[in-house]
Amino acid sequence: MIRLDGIGKRFHRGGINEVIALDEIDLHIRPGDFVTIIGSNGAGKSSLLNALAGTFAVDGGSIWLGGRDVTAWPAYRRAALIGRVFQDPLVGTCASLSIEQNLALAVRRGRGRGLGIGVKAHHRILFREQLASLGLGLEDRLKARVGLLSGGQRQALTMVMATLIQPEVLLLDEHTAALDPKTASQILDLTSRLIAARELTTLMVTHNMSHALALGNRLVMLHRGRVILDVAGKEKTRLTVEDLLARFYASQGETFASDRALLG
Amino acid sequence: MTWYAFIGAVEQGLLYGIMVLGVYLTFRVLDFPDLTVDGSLPLGAAVSAVAIANGVNAFIALIIAMVAGFLAGCVTALLNTKLRILHLLASILTMIALYSVNIRIMDGPNVSLLGVTTVLDPIMAWGLPGYLAALLLFAAVALVATVAMIWFLHTELGLAVLATGDNPRMITAQGVNTHKIIILGVGLSNALVAVSGALVAQNQGAADVNMGVGTIIAGLASVIVGETLLGRGGITRGCIAALCGSVVYRVAIAAALSFKMGRFAVTPSDLNLITALLVVLALTVPTIKARWSRR
Repeated sequence: MIRLDGIGKRFHRGGINEVIALDEIDLHIRPGDFVTIIGSNGAGKSSLLNALAGTFAVDGGSIWLGGRDVTAWPAYRRAALIGRVFQDPLVGTCASLSIEQNLALAVRRGRGRGLGIGVKAHHRILFREQLASLGLGLEDRLKARVGLLSGGQRQALTMVMATLIQPEVLLLDEHTAALDPKTASQILDLTSRLIAARELTTLMVTHNMSHALALGNRLVMLHRGRVILDVAGKEKTRLTVEDLLARFYASQGETFASDRALLG
Repeated sequence: MTWYAFIGAVEQGLLYGIMVLGVYLTFRVLDFPDLTVDGSLPLGAAVSAVAIANGVNAFIALIIAMVAGFLAGCVTALLNTKLRILHLLASILTMIALYSVNIRIMDGPNVSLLGVTTVLDPIMAWGLPGYLAALLLFAAVALVATVAMIWFLHTELGLAVLATGDNPRMITAQGVNTHKIIILGVGLSNALVAVSGALVAQNQGAADVNMGVGTIIAGLASVIVGETLLGRGGITRGCIAALCGSVVYRVAIAAALSFKMGRFAVTPSDLNLITALLVVLALTVPTIKARWSRR
């Protein structure tokens, strides 16, 4: 269970460039929810995920993860509960380490690290099995340096790493945006398969409205750091891209109207 | 170059090789340019010399030096992580502070170790000639340090150190506190450097506050020379290259010092220039090679 209560975040606070990234956001997510998050640039989508992951401290409000108040936890501590895939395929993995070393790092997520050998024999069996499910042939390249892999392969590996230890929540931040369309759809397939098989609670940020509609059981639209649309279940399945666009322009229209009011 | 000078250079290469492993750990593995070593090398020398002068066993003195070096590294890492001072500047601050600390420890600019029992004496007691005993002992210590480093970098913790240097965002997302890892890594690096300094002092019969000047450049030059000879890639190869690079570097320096042409002879004061040229050469060889092979 994830609960965001009145989360606020401003960047460049008090300065001339002050930006309201998150404006008193309340969001309750049930276990097993797969939420897609859309919104224009600067709507606060990535900020929402970063606030959850602890990349920055929020200005106000509280964050609950798995029944614990994690508001004051630093990012590395929250990582015990969170699986994360970033937009940039280079961020989620270590280029200079081998595939098995990367996975060995992920298999210790949320646990202590000691002087035991890093890549253990019984881990390799698990790694092979997990990589085989990707269908990319990576299971035969455990010793290969990750820097030699393509962006799509690295993103697939990051997906495996993020879910190797069952996370309380999986955060996907436009994780297919930097890939070519074919690879992107492969990664998206993998995403829905993994989430369904492991019953992962997921938050997925995307710029692609049809993806947002096709995947998940709940859709949240953000605008200027606020939730302006939150639909789930049957209501979401009836939603079309046109509905979303209409909603999106309506929110823009509001701001036009207020501008006009100001000038008038 | 005489045979004696050659053996001496190899001995120095092995001794300072332990320091080079430390430099490799910060510069290459952690991506943390750490100049603390110019201060932690004489710190190790000072601590072990004073300990021995006060009747402590020479091997135990090495361990005390190691702990002192580790703490010095921790200071730099804490300045960087907790107080957010740029790593380069943080290490310079610790290095400068250590100059005063070292003089305090020795109660003067140097401590003589003549006539006391050092780590070399038990080996000499086997009846080996002095130069062979030193060579044997230092080769053993350098090998143990290299193997220990390779082993460490293959442990769970070691992998976290490697990942912290490569991709801090990734390793944070895997639940690792990068601050702790940097403190540990820079601490271990300086522990090695201090042991190296302690052995140098015991070998040359004195600890001197100025013996650390240029350590970082020599260390970096050795790392680069090693990489040029053995190539980059893999941690095991990197650690071995660091040790080999140190030996080759010292031999090259010794060769340069024995260079004479007519009335011109290279003096020890020319070493800095030679080192700089060596580093430039080692850095540019790959580029020149690539250009030649393209033709």
